[in-house]
Amino acid sequence: MGAGTELGRVRGLGSAKDGVHHWWLQRVTAVGNLVLMLWLIFSLVRLPSLDHASVVLWLRQPVAAVPMLLLIVSVFWHFRLGVQVLLEDYSHGAARVIGMLALNFYVLAGAAAGVFAVLKIALGAA
Amino acid sequence: MAGRPISPRPLSPHMTIWKWRVHAVVSMTHRITGNAMAMGAVVLFLWWLIAAATGPEAYALFLSVATGWFGILVGIGFTWVFYQHMASGIRHLVMDTGQNFDLAANRASAFTTFIASVVLTVATWAIIFTTKGF
Ligand code: HEM
Ligand code: HEM
Repeated sequence: MGAGTELGRVRGLGSAKDGVHHWWLQRVTAVGNLVLMLWLIFSLVRLPSLDHASVVLWLRQPVAAVPMLLLIVSVFWHFRLGVQVLLEDYSHGAARVIGMLALNFYVLAGAAAGVFAVLKIALGAA
Repeated sequence: MAGRPISPRPLSPHMTIWKWRVHAVVSMTHRITGNAMAMGAVVLFLWWLIAAATGPEAYALFLSVATGWFGILVGIGFTWVFYQHMASGIRHLVMDTGQNFDLAANRASAFTTFIASVVLTVATWAIIFTTKGF
């Protein structure tokens, strides 16, 4: 351990001003993904049919729409952190900056579109 | 590395010379599966949701592609990719608690992730094929 203060060590903040936060959120969202993805697979497999009417009727229920919104947040957050690690390992310089920007736009645009689609169905507009 | 003293001590693994072990394969597979889902399955998931929100015609197009032979192939593929990432992800979480570092047990858990992902994929699609009629 370095010459930092006890408090600094507890907070886990080095010169990067960001300690184990990324690592921890990757674990928290991993558990979220585990629960929510298994819920999604079970729910879809149990639906009598996967046609438009069945899926919309199912997603109109709050017990389906709310977990689906949580799933989008958990999965997108999780892979946002995960792909960042990939970019940090294999890309450098300008390519990394562009890659990170593209990743952020992809995650935000994708999550917004997904959330909007769920809300549109859940609030009865589709 | 030129000029390095020759000693009988083992060198740390070299970038291009290593032995393929199941633990290393699981580690690399975890990265490949996670990123493949992020860049592939996520787009298909969004297509499905947005098509459902758009209306019956848009959804019918999605369903016709998804239930074609190529769509089913991709579906089975991503199902395995997900279960494999899930299994190695759970193994990651267990190892984060400081457990499963005994060599034999670690090797066994690495191997188990592949068995589990194949069994779960077969089980999931067996149910889909027998209940969904495609
Ligand atoms: C069952 C649910 C899941 C679990 C338990 C899980 C678990 C984990 C864990 C523990 C890590 C960190 C590994 C490390 O530190 O090296 C990780 C990484 C990652 N996950 Fe997941 N995950 C799940 C679902 C997903 C999904 C659905 C996606 C994508 C849509 C995803 C994408 C990724 C990516 C891109 C990484 C970074 C891998 C790397 O480059 O090293 N994960 N996952
Ligand atoms: C061809 C050789 C190698 C490849 C393709 C490779 C690939 C990878 C990948 C994809 C990851 C991230 C996924 C994960 O955490 O599960 C990783 C992590 C890691 N690798 Fe390797 N690796 C190789 C050789 C080595 C060697 C020789 C060492 C050590 C002497 C090593 C030490 C590590 C460590 C400590 C991590 C974890 C880092 C972390 O948790 O942030 N790897 N490797």
